[in-house]
Amino acid sequence: MSEEHEVLLQIKQLKTHFHLDEGILKAVDGIDLTIKKKRTLGIVGESGCGKSVTSQAILRLVPEFAKLEGELLLHRTKGNQKGEQVDLAQLPLRSKALREIRGGEIAMIFQEPMKAFSPIHTIGNQLMESILLHQSDNRKEARHIALGTLRKVGMSNPEQRLNEYPHQLSGGMRQRAMIAMAVSSNPSLLIADEPTTALDVTVQAQVLDLLNELKETVGTSIVFITHDLGVIAEMSDEVAVMYLGKVVEYTDVDTLFHGAQHPYTEALLGSIPSISRSGARLDTIEGTVPFPMNLPSGCGFYSRCKKAVDGVCNVADIPLVEVSEGHYVRCLLAGQ
Amino acid sequence: MDSGKRILEVRSLRKHFPIQRGFFQKTVGQVKAVDDIHLHIDEGETFGLVGESGCGKSTLGRAILRAIEPSSGSVRFKNRSGGIVEVTELDPKELRALRKDMQLVFQDPYSSLNPRMTVLNIVGEPLLCNQIAKGDQLRERVKQLMEMVGLDSRHLERYPHAFSGGQRQRIGIARALATEPRFLVCDEAVSALDVSVQAQILNLLKELQERFKLSYLFISHDLGVIRHISDRVGVMYVGKLVETAHTEALFTRPMHPYTEVLMAAKPIPDPRKKKRKAVLPGEIANPAKPPEGCYFHPRCPYAAPVCSEKAPPWTEVEEGHYAACHFAGQLDLQGAGAS
Repeated sequence: MSEEHEVLLQIKQLKTHFHLDEGILKAVDGIDLTIKKKRTLGIVGESGCGKSVTSQAILRLVPEFAKLEGELLLHRTKGNQKGEQVDLAQLPLRSKALREIRGGEIAMIFQEPMKAFSPIHTIGNQLMESILLHQSDNRKEARHIALGTLRKVGMSNPEQRLNEYPHQLSGGMRQRAMIAMAVSSNPSLLIADEPTTALDVTVQAQVLDLLNELKETVGTSIVFITHDLGVIAEMSDEVAVMYLGKVVEYTDVDTLFHGAQHPYTEALLGSIPSISRSGARLDTIEGTVPFPMNLPSGCGFYSRCKKAVDGVCNVADIPLVEVSEGHYVRCLLAGQ
Repeated sequence: MDSGKRILEVRSLRKHFPIQRGFFQKTVGQVKAVDDIHLHIDEGETFGLVGESGCGKSTLGRAILRAIEPSSGSVRFKNRSGGIVEVTELDPKELRALRKDMQLVFQDPYSSLNPRMTVLNIVGEPLLCNQIAKGDQLRERVKQLMEMVGLDSRHLERYPHAFSGGQRQRIGIARALATEPRFLVCDEAVSALDVSVQAQILNLLKELQERFKLSYLFISHDLGVIRHISDRVGVMYVGKLVETAHTEALFTRPMHPYTEVLMAAKPIPDPRKKKRKAVLPGEIANPAKPPEGCYFHPRCPYAAPVCSEKAPPWTEVEEGHYAACHFAGQLDLQGAGAS
């Protein structure tokens, strides 16, 4: 984590709480993350850990009844506020600035391209819509840009694809179209929420390569959200491991895989069946993720942790501590 | 391997779906979902079947159980009294009796359990309709089954929605085990689960296998899972098996280029090993209109003229190691490393 990478987005104490009839659901509960220019931040965790809500909170896409707290300091790279720092969390929901940022500076790739595209508009129309919003008023020029972007993401037959509907494309091609839509206005940050989970491995490899290539050529930063640690190893520079709405470990990718200190990270790494070894028994994490509502005080992982100490881990909330430079762990027993 | 240990032997199994067009539903073509498959499974063994979506691995699993009717071929199964039966020739009554011996575990623990039935009814249903148990006896047996798969037997009256994904998958396994089968088809049984829960279910399946001498046909798209659980592995591509071998042999010395590519494409959870070979171009062939010759040749980095002319034969390259490639054994293919 060197100084040479400028900070693009600084997330400070981000909270997203859903006030439901049954109580308060703390989907995201106080996370701090730094996204640097031209770097990829991987966010990994099991279902329900709040990784998707985090990404949606960055773009203020959470429902209005959700309570959003904290700071989302974005270093703007476009528009008349270029060079300034704005707090996304403070922008009014219908403001012009937020509209400029969504899609223009921060773009998102969703997991299910079939659900993210409108089935009744052609790929071309949907691509051009975002280009017309952010870059050009001229339909002809927009079409030209759309065509160029489709070429850039390696779409076969781009002219024909522009007139096709989403259902006419295969899964991999649809995800390429989705990526084309996201990068069409050269965003400074790309949020990819499980972009390859629905794809086959060989197609996944193509899409991952494409994203890495775009990172190099366009110079975007990427927030890559996935539950697959293999993909994390391949894509990320820094990694945040999330559990129950909190970051439990945050470090560079090499340290995560070779010097993880949080018991949850260790357990996750131990439970992956690898293709390079056939083991007799996998390490498992006993039990399941608790429902993130009315949680007891102390460490969220307490009930499943093999190293947990009664009277130490279940007393008060555990702070995120820097154990060595750039390596943060939320565990009282870290290093022991 | 002598044939006396075999619980299942599949010969030339085919399932072709007709493509029908027009007012009179004229058949204009065939989708060869399962095309000339040979395989066998020994007692107490796990045969892993791996391939990308649409390659026909689920259809094969179901055709073996006759959950869908195969078009042609033979499936020979050793029933619990030791006799060999030809599954494809059974009449409905005989098939029903045999179903006690062969069961299926589904992928999606959400849609494979009826939300309006309690766990007692779900797990007890196979016992009822096979007239194995009823009343208090049924209740006892279901309790036993639930404890066997690691569920709390006090939760008999609960509905599926009260359980998590992993617990639901355990219910699905308990239901499959209710009739004391000897052979289970697990169709992507762990794919919908988180990795920590997936590990629990994989361990459970292994334990149950040892305890009850079960044989599995384990279908998955995840090579890591396949390597972990299987004794032998088959790789499918567009309706055909392209390679089968013992797990170690397949992962250390693959013989078919597609197997190599599949292994290379799987991301390794270690950033120090992230050097990946060239990415496979193109997409899986259309099974309704597969290319001439070897189905894999348009994407194959080693393709030669012969590959687009003649379909490669299914040959035994080494003992127990079969591949369908013109150059099997001649190529220097890279595996995923020894364990």
